[in-house]
Amino acid sequence: MDHLLSSSAWLLALGQALLFAALAPGLTGWIRKAKARLQNRRGAPVLQPYRDLYKLLGKEVRVAHTASPLFRAAPYVVFVATWLAAATVPLITVDLPTAMIADIIVLVGLLALARFFLALAGMDVGTAFGGMGASREMLVSALAEPAMLLAVFTLAMTAHSTNLASVIDAHLHGPLVLRPSFLFALGALVLVAIAETGRIPVDNPSTHLELTMIHEAMILEYSGRHLALMEWAAQIKLLLYGSLIANVFFPWGIATGLEPGALAVGLAAVVLKLAALGALLATAETVLAKMRLFRVPAFLNLALLLALLGLLGHVILEVGS
Amino acid sequence: MNIVDLPLQEQLVLVLAALVLLSSFVLLEQARLVSAIHAFAWQGGLVAAVTGLVATAGHLPHLYISALLTLVLKALLIPWMLHRLVRRLALERHAEALHRPALVIMAAVALVIFSYWLVIPIVEQELAFTRNMVAISLAAVLIGLLMMASRPQAVLQVLGFMAMENGLFLAAVSATGGMPLVVELGVAFDVLVAMVLFGVFFLQIRESIDSLDVDRLNRLTETPEEDR
Amino acid sequence: MDLALWLAAAAVALALASSGVSLAAPWMPRLLRLVAMPLVGLAGLAATVAGLIALTQGGVITAELPMGLPWLPWQVRLDVLSGFFLVVIGIVTLAVGIYGPAYVRGFEHGRDSLAALGGFAGVFLTGMLLVVLADDAFLFMVAWEVMSLASYFLVAFHHEAAANRRAAFLYLLMAHIGGLAILLGYGVLASFGGGFDFGAMRAAELSGGWASVAFVLAFLGFGMKAGLVPLHAWLPEAHPVAPSHISALMSGVMLKVAVYGFIRFVFDLIGEFHWQWGVAVLAVGSGSALMGVLYALMQNDLKRLLAYSSVENIGIIFIALGLSLLYLGAGSPLLGAVALVAALYHAINHALFKGLLFLGAGAVLQSTHEHDLEQMGGLLRRMPWTGLFFLVGCISISALPPFNGFVSEWLTFQSALQAWQLESGVLRSLVPVAAAVLALTGALAAACFVKVYGVAFLGRARSRHVRRARRVPFGMRAGQGLLAVLCLALGVWPSGVVALLGVIPEHVLGVGLSQATARGWLWLTPVAAETASYSAPLVVLLLAALTALSVLVWRRKALRRARRSDPWDCGFAPPEPHMQYTSTAFAQPIRRVFSLVFQIDEGMEPGTGGAARYRLRVQDRAWEALYLPAARIVEASSRRVARLQSGNLRRYLGWTLVTVLVLLWIIS
Repeated sequence: MDHLLSSSAWLLALGQALLFAALAPGLTGWIRKAKARLQNRRGAPVLQPYRDLYKLLGKEVRVAHTASPLFRAAPYVVFVATWLAAATVPLITVDLPTAMIADIIVLVGLLALARFFLALAGMDVGTAFGGMGASREMLVSALAEPAMLLAVFTLAMTAHSTNLASVIDAHLHGPLVLRPSFLFALGALVLVAIAETGRIPVDNPSTHLELTMIHEAMILEYSGRHLALMEWAAQIKLLLYGSLIANVFFPWGIATGLEPGALAVGLAAVVLKLAALGALLATAETVLAKMRLFRVPAFLNLALLLALLGLLGHVILEVGS
Repeated sequence: MNIVDLPLQEQLVLVLAALVLLSSFVLLEQARLVSAIHAFAWQGGLVAAVTGLVATAGHLPHLYISALLTLVLKALLIPWMLHRLVRRLALERHAEALHRPALVIMAAVALVIFSYWLVIPIVEQELAFTRNMVAISLAAVLIGLLMMASRPQAVLQVLGFMAMENGLFLAAVSATGGMPLVVELGVAFDVLVAMVLFGVFFLQIRESIDSLDVDRLNRLTETPEEDR
Repeated sequence: MDLALWLAAAAVALALASSGVSLAAPWMPRLLRLVAMPLVGLAGLAATVAGLIALTQGGVITAELPMGLPWLPWQVRLDVLSGFFLVVIGIVTLAVGIYGPAYVRGFEHGRDSLAALGGFAGVFLTGMLLVVLADDAFLFMVAWEVMSLASYFLVAFHHEAAANRRAAFLYLLMAHIGGLAILLGYGVLASFGGGFDFGAMRAAELSGGWASVAFVLAFLGFGMKAGLVPLHAWLPEAHPVAPSHISALMSGVMLKVAVYGFIRFVFDLIGEFHWQWGVAVLAVGSGSALMGVLYALMQNDLKRLLAYSSVENIGIIFIALGLSLLYLGAGSPLLGAVALVAALYHAINHALFKGLLFLGAGAVLQSTHEHDLEQMGGLLRRMPWTGLFFLVGCISISALPPFNGFVSEWLTFQSALQAWQLESGVLRSLVPVAAAVLALTGALAAACFVKVYGVAFLGRARSRHVRRARRVPFGMRAGQGLLAVLCLALGVWPSGVVALLGVIPEHVLGVGLSQATARGWLWLTPVAAETASYSAPLVVLLLAALTALSVLVWRRKALRRARRSDPWDCGFAPPEPHMQYTSTAFAQPIRRVFSLVFQIDEGMEPGTGGAARYRLRVQDRAWEALYLPAARIVEASSRRVARLQSGNLRRYLGWTLVTVLVLLWIIS
């Protein structure tokens, strides 16, 4: 543990956090591009989200008369909490001091903090759409969070640790084991990720029909750099879930030390894995249709069931007695 | 016994067994009849795959025949027959959601834990890696029974019955390396005959009560109907 | 060390003095505000200091009071466990003492009896302090009943409304049934120990079945007082109708006294553990947590919602206690100690944030005379400080980092995740299921408090008197501020708190948490550093640093006034306040998804003038399932007994004869 607290490790953690923020719009751009190609459109370039963010950051902010100070503070809280949560996820190397500071339960907690302020900001201006988005977001998260934690518990009980770095380490250094519990946990986590990042079939990130929105309804009143921060936070969250799935279940390639060569391999590996995941997500979004809201609980119950079966499978089949 | 100590092939058996359990759950909460039949077919296929792998892992050549039999019968023939039956009865678009799904699913999860509790004292030295699969198979049997108890639709009840049979077969494979071939053939034949009989039976009750809802059969009771 | 006991005695004396001063209040209303409430605050301060001294110094001090029965003098004892609960009582009381003067001023010109308000509050506080200090069953029960009775009168304070009288009666009834169970439980222990003092009970060896009998009685009695499902139905009736600072004491502190009783009885006095008890407590705790938060979500009355949320938090405390019993019964004392510390941590956390939220609700009530969420809105801009403190309470209770609620839930999760160390496979699979329930509870609590804060403090005012809300006096804000700062402090510096709490399992169970703070004050590592670590100070530091960074980048813009305009709202007509999502609307999706849990009466009613009215009533299933049948049974049996009342004098004399004969037969 102590070697992790050296200054070079901290520097690397800082670099990785910056990398997270830098890569996030790219992943979104890549998914949009892949989706456009699958739908026989040419689509915007992969770098378009960067340009959007840059443009929004320079624009003037308009705030509604009815907004309270919380409305102006919320984008910063949401962005920072999401970013800090992302900084605890190993992206290119396992040895991460931030993973020590905040284990995977804290990660879930930080995301919940961001969501709390997002939902409050949605209710602040006093429009019907904001309240609607907040109410729906809290429903989805209430059902998704236990599934996520159960899936995480399955991993944690296998590795005997809730530290994300240790979980990946245990997976990476042990022999190749086919665990039924991991299969279920993966399924559960994928479903949770889809629900939490507001992708089809739970929410549509590019919708313009007000009554079908969840995430967009809450940030409807934001403009300028506030909007940019909210959008950026959502992109970081997507990257967070992507790298969580990629690095926990398919950890191969991730660096285990701080050598530059290993780090380069780690970066290449994670970019490849994320590209593959993004393409899969784009395909799924093209094939599936959005569900109506009251089908979402069934979707998330499936996630919960998968996570529960993963846990039971772990206890019954893998440890034995 | 820890999964890390097992060879890869046996780990795969465990993964497949877990998937059989998942298919039981999927079957239990499936709303559409046709999808339920598909889920059942997948379950049959998975059971066949488990049998085949146990045969390779345990060097039990007669299990190959069982695996083949299961595959043909449970994954192909019976689903096909059910499919045809459903089409004849014009029920392809029939869908009915489970009444109080959360309770039923929770009951099913409780059944899994309960079967594990039942199985813990059983210490079987041979085929040690499949020992805990007995719990999974027992759970599959109980969930099949739960499905028969919770679904009023006759075709779904038959699926529950067949799923129970799948669970029993899995138990036999995992606990004792399969039943003697003669017994297995007999059981397979029985299942087939049962399937044919069910088909005839469906057509009959459909003609007489114009529905496949078994709750309607309550009318046949001897005691006077309660006030409803 | 003796100083601690003297301070505790001073706290009791101050509480009694406050009660005495209040008796003169009808003639001089200012006394309550100027003398009685500050005395309550001083009592709280004394109790806090006494508890802290006892906690830091460890050890045990006992004393004998020159009161009680001739052969059974009252004994008091201050050890780390009672010291901790003294701190819990003291801190909230201190905040109430600061908050109270301005709050009770609102009653000065009303028709309510000030003597009752101040007098019973002091007696109530005395009762709670003595329960924690008692070292024999006799003093314990006397103090317990004093606490129950005094709080009954406080619940019945606004007795003009029939609903309040009914709530108070129900409270009294349940408190006494619970008290009876506790008394029987002590009876079992006393008969084995040969005495009513706790020392004898502790030393007694209970034979097999009797330990379980005592456990069940204690669980029933203390669980009823703590408001565990399904015995909770009195709690959301009684807590909200008391004056708000008393509600804060009842929900924040009195429930903790019940938790103290349970810990003292089961962990200390019985002193043997069975994993089956753990499973029972775990199951009841999980049920309470889930039901509590689901019913809280359905409430539209702010204080009632907070009361249901207390049921939830008590459930979380009992989840941790159940885990502790389970691990202790299964032979893993270290894990049992971790879970016990998690329970204690959540106990003080709940005292802090529920006290804070009730004080906030009181401020809103005083400023707007409104307790219905459907009428509120936009209070943050009218009452900025109360709004800020209430936000802190909401974040803490929703178990979000970096506040205190998160730490105790994190500890509970950590102890649940050690289930792989258990021998039994079934327990190994049951414990994570309880953890899943806890996760669901946490997420639903967040939804609940987003609803509360979003509907009450954000948006726009939904009624005229809420639009005219004013900020409350300084004292009321200071009381809330104290609790809010403590919520943050306990969240930011968990290793210090855990180091302090670690002596309690060491004292009670003989196992300390040697690992928890082995890494220094920055790190919290409950089991081992490799297993899990959390560094709240660094999380806060990083959060602050990143926020500062992002504000700095836009320094000129972020702090400047932004241009204001009408809400966009997708370009529709300018939104009206009544177009906002209401409390009922916010909870509707969850009501629908979890409809199995509630007893919902929903429909349309033809209103006057052709306009149909929407009708929605969500009722607690516990009424239908438990309380009403019990009431019917009691009524039927009492009717049967009433047949004795025939009115015939000779028959009465006959019954007397029979009774005398039976008594003589028993004695002979």
